[in-house]
Amino acid sequence: MAALNSQHRSVLANERRHEDEAVVVFENVSLAFDDKVILRSVSFSLFSGHTKIILGGSGAGKSTILKLMLGLWRPDGGAIWVNGQRIDEMGETELIKVRASLGMVFQEGALFDSLTVRENVGYKLYEETDLPLDVVHQRVEEVLGFVGLGEYIDKMPSELSGGQRRRVAIARAMAAKPQILLYDEPTTGLDPITSTTVDNEIIKLRDLEEVSSIIVTHNLRDAFYVATHAAERRAGRIVIEPASAEKSDEAEFIMLRDGLIAFEGSAEELRRSNDPYLTEFLS
Amino acid sequence: MLKFANNWLKAAVLEVQEYVRLVWAVLRGGVSRPFYYHDLIEQLEVIGVGSLTVVLLTGFFTGAVLALQSGVTLDQFGARPVVGRLVSASMVKELGPVLTALMLAGRVGSGIAAELGSMVVTDQISALRALGTDPVRKLVVPRVIAGLFMAPILTIVADFVGMIGGGVVAVTQLQVAWSVYRTSVIEGLYVEDAWMGIIKPFVLGFVIVSIGCHVGLRTRGGTQGVGRATTQAVVAASVAVLTVDFFVTRLLFSLMY
Repeated sequence: MAALNSQHRSVLANERRHEDEAVVVFENVSLAFDDKVILRSVSFSLFSGHTKIILGGSGAGKSTILKLMLGLWRPDGGAIWVNGQRIDEMGETELIKVRASLGMVFQEGALFDSLTVRENVGYKLYEETDLPLDVVHQRVEEVLGFVGLGEYIDKMPSELSGGQRRRVAIARAMAAKPQILLYDEPTTGLDPITSTTVDNEIIKLRDLEEVSSIIVTHNLRDAFYVATHAAERRAGRIVIEPASAEKSDEAEFIMLRDGLIAFEGSAEELRRSNDPYLTEFLS
Repeated sequence: MLKFANNWLKAAVLEVQEYVRLVWAVLRGGVSRPFYYHDLIEQLEVIGVGSLTVVLLTGFFTGAVLALQSGVTLDQFGARPVVGRLVSASMVKELGPVLTALMLAGRVGSGIAAELGSMVVTDQISALRALGTDPVRKLVVPRVIAGLFMAPILTIVADFVGMIGGGVVAVTQLQVAWSVYRTSVIEGLYVEDAWMGIIKPFVLGFVIVSIGCHVGLRTRGGTQGVGRATTQAVVAASVAVLTVDFFVTRLLFSLMY
């Protein structure tokens, strides 16, 4: 009995520690537009340094989750916590402070087409901080080097390919060193080779910069690649290789269906699932 | 039918509510930090300098045709030498402000709606918010302030070239001496007229740009939506110019005359 109590206490303590580490918490979040229900009582947590991959068909509410997390939209019910702060009741001014710890890579990049790559990447630092210009220039060059686009610094977004635009969007999202990065369909419309390049950037950011990530996608190949690979620095080089089982478990999948979470678990659990909808989706 | 009327009414009320909210946000953004000065300078150039050619042409030919038309009528009363009075009073009090505003609605209102509309449909507005920038402060406030100050300046330019245009027609077509025309122009102007000609463009400039921004920011439905927003902005701003002009004129008449 004493052993059971001790085990119970240990489980509770572990859960509490886990809750403390949660950087994003969705608690019974619901949203509907007129008669169309998008999310029905959705709950999940993202822990520091982990990855959450949100899967689902078109219109399942995947991108909606990211917009709610940024405070761009407000839920009809439930609560959203980001870094311990409840954001669903905040005004725009308070939200701007919360967004400082978040970076978002929009579908298609959403680069500012009237600004150069340098101005896009450094936008937040140039416009919203008092950092000296040479410090900002240095950071912009650093992040563009990280995504391998240093030589494109003075180009306009219209001069870049689709894959390059996504990588510039990643550089822009990471320039201000956010703790959490949100990716909205980061590889949609890209060829497999370019998709892998973008996936590698996501893995590098997560493992080398210790950024927690939420990835919304319907591209299973990229989802499993990000979940099952890890980046490491070896002899001054960055190596991306298959991750250990423990590391793979840090990436959790969520499958959305009709506004509900139809599945939540690791890549391995998703592969083994016998649920007919999941089996059909994975095939 | 009743359902359609109900939906239409709801949509109209929502539109007005959102416009009022935007105007309130602009007023707050105009008097508090952060303020994006370099965007204001850019917009002063885009709205002011960019609209100069169209305003010069409109003003000149309006003044010219006004002199031509009124010259024929004045001839019937043997009053051809006072054509300058008619040109100056009409240009300063009504045609200068209204025609300049209509030109701005076509050029600036549509441009703003198209620009902000494409930013909405390509998620650039969401990206701005995600990067910690308030789109109203960054995009709307500088444009509204630029419109507010450039509309009166452009109107003064239109009034001036309109009187020159009228003068050219008076001298070359109506055989009125330049000195007679000039004296007539000055005699036709009163301080109250000048005030009216200056106050009205402030209001109209604000109306045109704020409508362009409102319509642009509420764009939905991809590139087709951008096209729709551009048309809506021009139509709404042009109708608003004529309506607001009437009410402001009425108000100024009761206050000044």
